[in-house]
Amino acid sequence: MQLYLELFFSFFKIGLFGFGGGYAMLPLIQHEVVGAHHQWLNMVDFTDIVAISQITPGPVAINMATYVGYTVSGNIWGSMLATLGVTLPPLLIMLIISRFYLKFRKNQYVEMAFSTLRPGILGLIAAAAISLVNSYNFIDKTSGLIFATVFVACLYRIHPMKLIIASGLAGLIIYR
Amino acid sequence: MRELWQIFLSFFRIGMFTLGGGYAMLPLIQREVVEKRQWVDSREFIELLALAQTSPGPMAINAAVFVGYKHHGIAGSLAACLGMTLPSFLIILIIAMYLVGFRENHYVECFFKGVRPAVVALIAAPLYALGKAIKIRWWGVLLAALIAAAIAFAGISPAIMVVAAALIGLFGGMLHKKRGEKPDATVS
Repeated sequence: MQLYLELFFSFFKIGLFGFGGGYAMLPLIQHEVVGAHHQWLNMVDFTDIVAISQITPGPVAINMATYVGYTVSGNIWGSMLATLGVTLPPLLIMLIISRFYLKFRKNQYVEMAFSTLRPGILGLIAAAAISLVNSYNFIDKTSGLIFATVFVACLYRIHPMKLIIASGLAGLIIYR
Repeated sequence: MRELWQIFLSFFRIGMFTLGGGYAMLPLIQREVVEKRQWVDSREFIELLALAQTSPGPMAINAAVFVGYKHHGIAGSLAACLGMTLPSFLIILIIAMYLVGFRENHYVECFFKGVRPAVVALIAAPLYALGKAIKIRWWGVLLAALIAAAIAFAGISPAIMVVAAALIGLFGGMLHKKRGEKPDATVS
């Protein structure tokens, strides 16, 4: 029971503070599931799930909640509670925003907060990238080469899914 | 009831076919809810984009909730949210149930060895474009760097940094207002 509550509240927190969505939510997720609070996943699992979420449909936060919920509890209920937890805050907040959206959009205090929150979100994304630069993800010089190639390809707006598959195939050829 | 089912189905389809999530799914949502179903008009859709970024959580969920609510109230937003979440939930559940054994496979491990550094590049590369999109200034770059360092090196909770970043803007803006100046903080 304790475990299910922890799963729910950890992911509730991730949903509540996950401004910017997508990659900006990664440090929050990492903090909850790899870092200080729980050791639900190790670094390698974490990176792999980010990769999997790029080649499967849906938001990375949902994918992460579903995966962590299942592996930690060993059943579908953990999965459902974690997913519910991460979905509930955006659902409730967005409902309120949708109800009052004209007023909300013009609100100067919201605009003030977001003037610094927007650059802050970039900091979150940078933190996600920095913390993934480690000896688990970068095992040799080839890793560095793949990183550089994908980085440049990404600047040329090649779809992430294609890059994941291409780098996976490169891995298959190189490490076989 | 049929309306709700239609909302659910539309978002289930969007959730099913949007690989990678995030901004990649915007054209799909637009085609489905603006052009095909006409649940929101294109002006509302633009506003939706701005609002979806104001709310925490995945963009896809926020967009679904907004469209569902506009078209069919709270029940509509629940149907949209469920439809959007279900495909990725089911697919990842299947992967979680069977991947544990599957990852032991030598070739799968080789695949992931290639993929891991690529994931880091995928996260880092869009930063420059994002910075340009929000017309970031020197103080924004400084703030982003401080936040990144605080989280990645000092291990400070990202949730705390989110709240801190919002408060800095709020107090900074109010201070400017008090002095009777035009708020400096009106980036993008």
